[in-house]
Amino acid sequence: MSAIINALPSIWGGLVITLALSALVVLFSLIAGVILGLAILWAPAPVRLAIRAYSDVIRSIPLLVLIFFVYYGTPALGIPLSPFWAAVIALSAFKTGHIIEIVRGAVGSIPRGQTDAGKAIGLTFVQRLTYVILPQALRRFLPPWLNAVTDSVKGSALASLVGVVDLMLSLQQVIGRTYEPMPIYVIGALIYFVINFTLSSASRRLEARFAYVRD
Amino acid sequence: MSATEPPLVAIRDLCKSFGAVRVLEGVSLDVPRGSVVVLIGASGSGKTTLLRCVNALETYDSGSITVEGTEVGFRAPGRRRGEGELAAIRAGIGMVFQQFNLFPHLTAAENVMLGLRKVRKLDKEEARSRAIHWLERVGLGAKTESLPGELSGGQQQRVGIARAVAMEPKLLLLDEITSALDPELVGEVLAVVRRLAGDGMTMLVVTHEMAFARDVGDRVVFMDAGRIAVEGKPRDVLVDPQHPRLRSFLSRVELKRAEEDA
Repeated sequence: MSAIINALPSIWGGLVITLALSALVVLFSLIAGVILGLAILWAPAPVRLAIRAYSDVIRSIPLLVLIFFVYYGTPALGIPLSPFWAAVIALSAFKTGHIIEIVRGAVGSIPRGQTDAGKAIGLTFVQRLTYVILPQALRRFLPPWLNAVTDSVKGSALASLVGVVDLMLSLQQVIGRTYEPMPIYVIGALIYFVINFTLSSASRRLEARFAYVRD
Repeated sequence: MSATEPPLVAIRDLCKSFGAVRVLEGVSLDVPRGSVVVLIGASGSGKTTLLRCVNALETYDSGSITVEGTEVGFRAPGRRRGEGELAAIRAGIGMVFQQFNLFPHLTAAENVMLGLRKVRKLDKEEARSRAIHWLERVGLGAKTESLPGELSGGQQQRVGIARAVAMEPKLLLLDEITSALDPELVGEVLAVVRRLAGDGMTMLVVTHEMAFARDVGDRVVFMDAGRIAVEGKPRDVLVDPQHPRLRSFLSRVELKRAEEDA
């Protein structure tokens, strides 16, 4: 028991790394995914094709392969990356593929008539996006996106395999010192659960808030 | 209206294809200022496409549409207008849709206010008071803060009309605005349109309501296979049709109406 309590500071350190890693991945993939997801709907054909190819390829590669590829591949290109940043880049690139599809689905599912109605009152393309399409798309975007966020948190555990001392690796290090795998893994599972359960209940509250018909 | 005044809308030799399908084959039509022109015809005859070309929701391949002398689709022969120019042209033309197309995330008042604020650049107070004025005129003074999902079809369509006319357009396009409504809600919407016609609003109307066409139309145009087959005064076109396709179209419409009433 005391061994476990002694281990808490290093588990805490790992948790901070996991949260930082996940937050960066969520942020970068959100920015890139929204831009590319909108571009896949409206950009000129060659750009659309390039984004489509990126999304299809990146989502077909196992995440672990992608992490190894970035971590072991970038030094060969003369840009050595720390394990942490290699993981951030690999995970963000992977998650961006998903966000592109979520944005495309959310925006693309807004009925054509909404665009017609926006045009008919004289709104420009940017105004239609800002006041008509995106506010409606946001509601369809949030649930799958928050799902993707919890996926990112879980996926970040793979970063431990290139030596990022995140929650996962710090748990394993504690187990290495204490030889008590069960309680330590239970603690780890609980921490992951608390993070993701918080996110998914936030998601449900947001969904309710963005409903068009008030209860 | 003087006889020499140019029509508000002048359509000449309009042609349009969707891929290999020719939907408009040389349509020419005038809409004089202050008049109501009603387009009738079977589905697929091109009447909705024609209407959508007038405010550039559809492009046309050749021919011309001018509204107050301005060519709608082209800046110069062969050069299509850009997004900004189209927005400016559309701002002067109102449109009401079969499926209402209200913005579901905005209240009735906000639906009407959006164009007033972002296109007409009115400040919030002025936009709101004008929106409420128009919602009252369509009988929805008590529903200004309702979301579209909380309104009946007829109420939604009246918001749609208020949204279009609050922009004070020179021309109003109505695209089968009662087709998606339950029969008992048609009357309240048509009453609003009758009032607008009485106020002198220029309208181009696609409808399947023949009684309404006869009632408010100054001219009725029967379209068939992308062409204007018959055009004339409502009484001549609808009461004593000579054209065989028009005759069969009208009897089909009447039959359907009789079935609905039965």
